[in-house]
Amino acid sequence: MINSNEIIDDIANKEYEFGFTTDIEMDIAPPGLNEDIIRFISAKKNEPEWLLEWRLKGFAAFKKMEFPKWQHFEMPALDLQAVSYYAAPRKKKQLNSLDEVDPELLATFEKLGIPLNEQKALTGVAVDAVFDSVSVATTFKGKLKEMGVIFCSFGEAVQEHPELVKKYLGSVVPHTDNIFAALNSAVFSDGSFVYIPKGVRCPMELSTYFRINAQNTGQFERTLIIADDNSYVSYLEGCTAPMRDENQLHAAVVELVALEHAEIKYSTVQNWYPGDKDGKGGIYNFVTKRGICKGAASKISWTQVETGSAITWKYPSVILQGDHSEGEFYSVAVVRNKQIADTGTKIHHIGKGTKSRIISKGISAGHGDNSYRGLVSVGPRADNARNFTQCDSLLIGNQCGSHTFPYIESRNKSAMIEHEATTSKIGEDQIFYLNQRGIDSEKAVALIVNGYVKEVLNQLPMEFAVEAQKLLSITLEGSVG
Amino acid sequence: MLTIKNLHAEVEGKKILKGINLEINKGEMHAIMGPNGSGKSSLASVLAGRDNYTVTEGEVWFNGKNLLDLSPEDRAREGVFLAFQYPVEIPGVSNLNFLKTALNEIRAYKGLPALEAREFLKLTKEKQQLVDFHSNLMNRSLNEGFSGGEKKRNEIFQLAMLDPQLAILDETDSGLDIDALRIVSSGVNKLRDAEKSFVVITHYQRLLEYIIPDFVHVLYNGRIIKTGTKELALELEERGYDWLKEELHLKESV
Ligand SMILES: Nc1ncnc2c1ncn2[C@@H]1O[C@H](COP(=O)(O)OP(=O)(O)OP(=O)(O)O)[C@@H](O)[C@H]1O
Ligand SMILES: [Mg+2]
Repeated sequence: MINSNEIIDDIANKEYEFGFTTDIEMDIAPPGLNEDIIRFISAKKNEPEWLLEWRLKGFAAFKKMEFPKWQHFEMPALDLQAVSYYAAPRKKKQLNSLDEVDPELLATFEKLGIPLNEQKALTGVAVDAVFDSVSVATTFKGKLKEMGVIFCSFGEAVQEHPELVKKYLGSVVPHTDNIFAALNSAVFSDGSFVYIPKGVRCPMELSTYFRINAQNTGQFERTLIIADDNSYVSYLEGCTAPMRDENQLHAAVVELVALEHAEIKYSTVQNWYPGDKDGKGGIYNFVTKRGICKGAASKISWTQVETGSAITWKYPSVILQGDHSEGEFYSVAVVRNKQIADTGTKIHHIGKGTKSRIISKGISAGHGDNSYRGLVSVGPRADNARNFTQCDSLLIGNQCGSHTFPYIESRNKSAMIEHEATTSKIGEDQIFYLNQRGIDSEKAVALIVNGYVKEVLNQLPMEFAVEAQKLLSITLEGSVG
Repeated sequence: MLTIKNLHAEVEGKKILKGINLEINKGEMHAIMGPNGSGKSSLASVLAGRDNYTVTEGEVWFNGKNLLDLSPEDRAREGVFLAFQYPVEIPGVSNLNFLKTALNEIRAYKGLPALEAREFLKLTKEKQQLVDFHSNLMNRSLNEGFSGGEKKRNEIFQLAMLDPQLAILDETDSGLDIDALRIVSSGVNKLRDAEKSFVVITHYQRLLEYIIPDFVHVLYNGRIIKTGTKELALELEERGYDWLKEELHLKESV
């Protein structure tokens, strides 16, 4: 009989599928964090003066801040001076079409399952591909433009739609929000920008694919999505990185703005390199994501499937400002080996009759440590606010950890807040029962895990739900305890 | 079909099976009785491949294959089915999805293609009627919140669906009401055929009035101490196990 430790080692040694590197000529700024590098990035991107000013304000704020201490893990030593803040594939001239994108880059994305060639691309999904610091291509732009939908790289948006960027940048996550957001404000390189005009239902899924390639670089992208009155958009991000022994920092900022009756669905399938079985290497995924339901009856929904990164540390949040607006958070976070996740959400009920729903499913295997941290706050004006939170943990093996830290702050007596939590363990007797019916242990775990995460995966667009399901079974392969 | 020779097994260093010999041929119905803690479920577990039991001596052959060399899932795929004394609950996994996975894994092992959704549903309906299983239990999570009797009936429904060669029923009759007992036994009788064999572990002679066994074995202290026919069950019902234990001690002291 194989014992459970052997099986656990087995998965630990399973190779990370996306760990390859791309050999391509790059422009990489020397390591170091200072005003010069900020000016360099801004100049490289030909930014207007106000944006440089904004970056410098972010840097000033950053310098005054310290790393937080409340997280449920030991903060790794981060040497922010050793990081390079700009890395871009060297391009020969301005790109006018996909044909001019370096074939090596196209091949990289194709290998990752993200074909950028519109003929090959998934139908119904437009993709913005971000390689290290810059966006290399955005598909289906023409088609979207016909409907007035703007979907482009952040850099392009600054050039083409400065009034929108200026109006909303930092309006949800200010440059003073937290130390990583401040850092991002100072050095952000690229990212995606989306604007959905009034009354438009975006006809396809919009998706950004982030790829870290270069060594010793950080990735600091910014995403800004604005859904104008009565509009709808579903947006998905995916991410991978090569296997490297050093840790790399990913400190992104995502801001969502939903105006009256608008709806934004934001989904993440995060599969950054998690490090090896001893916890060497891997991405530090320290991201600030926040949306505001500014308009009445608007809705923002976050769905995340987090399987990668050495440390995942983020709380996609929703500010429910508009009356009768709605916020949702659906999350699956998996940790194995020495991975750490400290994630959850914050929902602020400000408007009347606002509603929120939080479904969090943590899965811990190996020596992984998984924490759910959530805040539900209800302001004095939020009459009849409703929240439902369901927070489940599933343990595989005896050496992993799981913790929940739910915080509730209610300043309105009419609010109804419900919280349910469960912890369960995949038991040997469950596995044996399934074995006895002809199902091997790997499949047995997959069956149980899929059942467990169903409610969250159902929120993802169909193709991605299937992908996420596969990703989960690969991630947990052999983790029977 | 199944040959057990001098089987010894222990769990957590404790000797439980102490030399079991048993021969089961195609189409036979064997009943195993015996006092609590005598090793009946242990025997079933060892045959099914539960890994907390260590076989220290002996052999088990199933259709010419060394059963003890096979993983639990391969034993199942070869046609060994265990209806558990205490079926576990698996939240989130629907009964139907579980059965479909199980059935297709077994089919794949035999080189058969997966059943199409339509064929699968047809089969489900047919078997559900055969063993009179409530359809509203099929979409629920596997055994989750099932009553004791419902769990036992689910075991028989799975047995009908997976169609094994050797079915071991561990106290499937315990916890069933009179009607359910009749339904379950009639299900087993319908599944009986010349190719299939059964091992029925029970404490009650009553079950053996519905399911007529070819042999009745008494397991005591890890050994089969007596084998007879259905009359033996009647005798046990009347006299209990003490006379057998005495007989055994007499024999051993000689
Ligand atoms: N994991 C274990 N650790 C220690 N002892 C065990 C373990 N499993 C079973 N045993 C012991 O093995 C012996 C046989 O148990 P088993 O369950 O096979 O009995 P049984 O004949 O099925 O009894 P019952 O009629 O009560 O179901 C018992 O003494 C039991 O306590
Ligand atoms: Mg028993």
